[in-house]
Amino acid sequence: MGGNKISAWLASIGFAVRQQLADLGCAARLLLQLFSLGWSSLKRFGLVRDQIHFLGNYSLAIISVSGLFVGFVLGLQGYYTLQRYGSSEAVGLLVALSLVRELGPVVTALLFAGRAGTSLTAEIGLMKAGEQLSAMEMMAIDPVKRILAPRFWAGVLTMPVLAAVFSAVGIIGGWVVGVLMIGVDAGSFWSQMQGGVDVWRDVGNGIVKSCVFGVTVTFVALYQGFEAQPTPEGVSKATTRTVVVASLLVLALDFVLTALMFSI
Amino acid sequence: MSADSIVELRQLSFGYGERRILDDISLTIPRGKVTALMGASGGGKTTVLRLIGGQCKPQHGELLFDGQNLATFDAKALYAARRRMGMLFQFGALFTDLSVFDNVAFPLREHTNLTSVMVRDIVLMKLNAVGLRGARDLMPSEISGGMARRVSLARAIALDPELVMYDEPFAGLDPISLGTAARLIRQLNDALGITSIVVSHDLEETFRIADKVIILANGKIAAQGTPEEVCHSTDPLVNQFVNALPDGPVQFHYPSVPVAQDFEAAA
Repeated sequence: MGGNKISAWLASIGFAVRQQLADLGCAARLLLQLFSLGWSSLKRFGLVRDQIHFLGNYSLAIISVSGLFVGFVLGLQGYYTLQRYGSSEAVGLLVALSLVRELGPVVTALLFAGRAGTSLTAEIGLMKAGEQLSAMEMMAIDPVKRILAPRFWAGVLTMPVLAAVFSAVGIIGGWVVGVLMIGVDAGSFWSQMQGGVDVWRDVGNGIVKSCVFGVTVTFVALYQGFEAQPTPEGVSKATTRTVVVASLLVLALDFVLTALMFSI
Repeated sequence: MSADSIVELRQLSFGYGERRILDDISLTIPRGKVTALMGASGGGKTTVLRLIGGQCKPQHGELLFDGQNLATFDAKALYAARRRMGMLFQFGALFTDLSVFDNVAFPLREHTNLTSVMVRDIVLMKLNAVGLRGARDLMPSEISGGMARRVSLARAIALDPELVMYDEPFAGLDPISLGTAARLIRQLNDALGITSIVVSHDLEETFRIADKVIILANGKIAAQGTPEEVCHSTDPLVNQFVNALPDGPVQFHYPSVPVAQDFEAAA
């Protein structure tokens, strides 16, 4: 009896691991397929353009407003801390570095997962539930190529731009609080920022990060929608998973990327 | 394989996991005719359509489309074969973000290099054939279920397929829409010289338009022939089906322990 239980337990572990590996393999194949469809997607740029409009323009408001408030807070907190050491003019540098290196790419990716990723998952999931993807297959049109690839590339192209908008608006927020409200000297605010932020090391790495996050968030959203159970419950679960998985992946990848980029 | 059948199933079996849906069945779909696939829910009718469309692969046996084994096709050949088929899904499966016009134009725009004027002419012709030329600017959310199915039919015939498959075309339609849909299937079949496969439960309408009826039950073919032959079948299962009897070989009760035992357990 005991032996049976143990072997059943081992078998269930084995089954779960194999299931996970198979899912991971499916996801990896889909990701490779999406990358290989890059050129053909860009050739039909109209489809990508529509999605950039849908994912990008409609996310601009939330990205800008969030960027502004994050900038405000950074300005305030930075000033309080720096003032103790008598270097409150460095608040501009602190705001700019925090934004372009970390907060711009990361917070944008988290907001993008919530704003655009969920709508992608729900859209694809509902298309699947309504047999629209099957109908497309039966019309001899590959849904991965026609539906998923343009959305994927639109997301990948949109994310760095949104992150740049977030950082720019955030810096303005820091300026409003630091210079206009607290009265830090504007000249040193900007010149310290200019002197301390490196185009390649800081801005460039930030852009690389947001490209990686663009791939991650958009892919997770599309994969969850594509693999969703075609029922109302399945789509709602898939939407939740998109936010959870994409957010965790973004935070984990951010640590890895930061360690690789700034440890030298 | 005779020249007058477009699809042929040979000793074909298919199942999901442990469950056998189709068990060693062989059937032919005659070219240019309306063939009805009937049977109880979950009896594998829609699965046959999915197999013909290449969306599932048979586990045993073979499926010939126009004389060629579908299992040997690579992705490209499969897509080429699908261009010769049209499929009408149960609830239309229209693209909800596109208008009626754009839905019908979709396969034309994806597969051909026709000018927009020609696409417009073809779309209006197809919409006219299903009586919805005037509804071209409506969105799928603005039309009724019966209309959605007719739009879907116009879309299915946009590329002039040789074979059109209808998955439950009558489900949930009012009597007028139902009659319209049935007449349309027959008319299009005869006017365009296509082959039609209709999966349906609706006895009356289906028997009226079909040339051949195949009844599936428990993964096997219970009866096949002309509507008259099937009607007069002596097979108890076919008899239960065509006379819509609640109990018979297909049982009313889901399998369970005897009823007395169930109630004793609670007492």
